[in-house]
Amino acid sequence: MTQISASAASCTLYDKLWNAHRVHDEPDGTALIYIDRHLVHEVTSPQAFEGLEIAGRKPWRIHSIVATADHNVPTTGRQAGIADPISRLQVETLDANIEKFGVPVYFGMNDARQGIVHVIGPEQGATLPGMTVVCGDSHTSTHGAFAALAFGIGTSEVEHVMATQCLVTKKSKSLLIRVEGKSGRGVTAKDMVLAIIGKIGTAGGTGHAIEFAGAAIRALSMEGRMTVCNMAIEAGARAGMIGVDEKTIAYLRGRPHAPRENEFEQAAQYWRTLVSDDGAVFDRVVELDASTIKPQVTWGTSPEMVVAIDGAVPEPATESDPVKRDAMERALQYMGLNSGTPIEQIKIDKVFIGSCTNSRIEDLRAAAGVVKGRHIAANVKLAMVVPGSGLVKRQAESEGLDKIFVAAGFEWREPGCSMCLGMNDDKLSPGERCASTSNRNFEGRQGAGGRTHLVSPEMAAAAAIAGRFADVRQVL
Amino acid sequence: MEAFRQHMGLVAPLDRANVDTDAIIPKQFLKSIKRSGFGPNLFDEWRYMDHGEPGVDNSRRVLNPNFVLNQDRYRGATVLLTRKNFGCGSSREHAPWALQQFGFKAIVAPSFADIFFNNCFKNGLLPIVLSEAEVDHLFNATLATLGMKLNIDLARQVVEIPGAEAYQFDVEDHRKQSLLNGWDEIGLSLLQADKIRAYEAARQTREPWIFS
Repeated sequence: MTQISASAASCTLYDKLWNAHRVHDEPDGTALIYIDRHLVHEVTSPQAFEGLEIAGRKPWRIHSIVATADHNVPTTGRQAGIADPISRLQVETLDANIEKFGVPVYFGMNDARQGIVHVIGPEQGATLPGMTVVCGDSHTSTHGAFAALAFGIGTSEVEHVMATQCLVTKKSKSLLIRVEGKSGRGVTAKDMVLAIIGKIGTAGGTGHAIEFAGAAIRALSMEGRMTVCNMAIEAGARAGMIGVDEKTIAYLRGRPHAPRENEFEQAAQYWRTLVSDDGAVFDRVVELDASTIKPQVTWGTSPEMVVAIDGAVPEPATESDPVKRDAMERALQYMGLNSGTPIEQIKIDKVFIGSCTNSRIEDLRAAAGVVKGRHIAANVKLAMVVPGSGLVKRQAESEGLDKIFVAAGFEWREPGCSMCLGMNDDKLSPGERCASTSNRNFEGRQGAGGRTHLVSPEMAAAAAIAGRFADVRQVL
Repeated sequence: MEAFRQHMGLVAPLDRANVDTDAIIPKQFLKSIKRSGFGPNLFDEWRYMDHGEPGVDNSRRVLNPNFVLNQDRYRGATVLLTRKNFGCGSSREHAPWALQQFGFKAIVAPSFADIFFNNCFKNGLLPIVLSEAEVDHLFNATLATLGMKLNIDLARQVVEIPGAEAYQFDVEDHRKQSLLNGWDEIGLSLLQADKIRAYEAARQTREPWIFS
C-alpha cells in the first residue's frame, strides 16, 4: 500500500502531524522536524546539558522545556532529601542545569506539582494537540493520546533538540490499530493494550507510528487513552496516537499551560481537524474486538508474554520457533513458574500501583474501589500506591482515597517513577513476585532477581486482597 | 562523533531475542552524570555472579563463566552477533555507550528496536540488519570456527567472513555519510538556522499558543 501524500485528499493523523513540522527535507527522505515541547528529567539530561556547554551552544528555545525530577526521587521522607549520594548528585545536577540555562518551567522534587514527567505534561496543559513532544524517555509515546506526535529520544538527541529545536528523522510507516466493540466490566485500557501487545508482539510496531482508533478507544477517558499510548513503545512503536475529540478538548480547558479564552477556542477549532480523514490509507491495519478481551496478566519477562486471568502459564514445547521457545524456557526459569499453572494460583509478595502507565486519578479511584472495606492478604509483604504527581496525590486525598488504601493495608507514597524501575529505594528483592501496574516485566526491571507481572490497577488491587492473582470481574 | 568506515574484528554470539536495554545496562548505572565508564557494567546481571552497584570495583567481582562474553574464545570481541529486536525497552543512550565502551564497534541482528538503533548511529556504533537466514548462518559459522572474524565495510555496505560469504546490508544515506565522515550532526542542523527561524515565524502566526 502507498502512503498518502500531503496534497492528497485523505491524510492520516500522523501525515498531518508530520507535514506540519517539516522544516527541511533531505534528498534521501529524511527531514528536519521542528520540536514544540521538550520534556526533561534528571536521568537522560546531564550529558546533554554538558555537551551543549562544551560546544559553546545556547538552548534554541528555552521556553519549550518543561522539566521535573522523577526517576531518582524517594517516595517517603522526602523532607530529609535523597539518601543515596549518587541519586542525589543526579537530581542536584538537574537543579543546577535548570538554574544555569534559565529553564523557566521546572517542577523540582519539593514542588507541589512535581511528578512523573508523562503525568505532569498533560496535567499542566504543556502537552497540546498538534504538538511534537520529545523526551529522553521511551514512554513519551503517552502524550500521543492528545493527537501529538510524541516519542522518546536518546541523550544525543536531547542535546540536538536543545541546540536546534529540531531533530533529523525519517517518516515511519503507519499502523492503525482499531479496537471496536465494548469492553466488559473490569476490563481496562491496560488490558486492551496488553492484549494488543500479546497479539502483535513487542516488535510488532517497530518502524511504525501507531494510531489507536475504534469505538473502544473512543469510549476511553483521556487517562485510559494515555495508558494505551504509553505502552505503544512496548509494542515496538516509538509513537502512538489518538485523534482529537471533545474529550480531548474538555480535558485541556483551563489547564495552566493551555491557551485561554478566545485563544483556546481558536486552538480547539484547529485541534478538531487532528483526526485521520475518512479513506486515509495506513501501511498496516490490525483489528481487535474489545468484547473478547479479558483482564490480562503477564507471565514472563517480555510484555508480549501475556495471558488472560482465566488462563494458565503456557507450555514452551508447543512453540515451533526455536528462538521463541528458548526465550519462553528462560522466562519460566527466571519467573519461577511451571507450565500449566493456572494464573489464579500464582501467589504474590508485593503490589505496586503507580508508574507513567497507571498512576493517574482514574487509576487510583478504580483501585480504591476494589480495596474499599477489604484488607491485603497476610502473604503480601508490601502493597504501595505511588501517585503520578503531587496534584494527583492531592486530588486523591481530597476524595479520601488515601484513607481507603491505608485502611486496606497499603502504603500511600510521594509521587515519582518509584518501583517501575527501582532507581530509588523502591525495589523488589531477588525472587520476590510483584503484581505491578507498570509497563515492563524485563529481568531485573523492578530490582535484581525480582519477578514482575503486569496488570491493570483493578487487577493489582484484587491481587493484593487475594494474595494471588484474582479475576477482578468476580470482585466488582 | 567518532567515524566508522571499515572494521574487521572477532565476533561474539549472544543467542537471545528481545535483549532489552535494562539487560544491556541496568538502571543503577544510569545515575551517572557522565558519558563514560559504562563498559565494565555492560550486561551486568548476566556477566557477573553478584549484583553490581555503582562505585564497586568490578575487577574484583566473580564473572559468570557461562556468559558468552566471559568465554576465552570471545575475549576481545568487537562485533556482537545477536537475535531480533535487540535494544528494546527504554531510550537510555547508556546502552550504546556501554556496548561501545566495552569494545564493540558493530552489532549484527535481524532487527533492532527503533530508539536503540537511532542512538547507536549518534555514537559511531554501527547496527547492521541482516535477514534471519543470514544471521542463522553467521551463528553457525561463529560457533563452528574458533576466532571467527567479520569484516565490515560501511562504504560498500558489506559484511563478510574473510575469504567466504559476503552479505549486503541497507543503511540510510544520511546515517551512512554521518558515520563515514564523523560529522557533528548538530552543526549540520544549525546550517539550516534560517529555515528554522522562518518556520517558527510561520508557525507562530498559525499556532501562537505553542510559543507562549
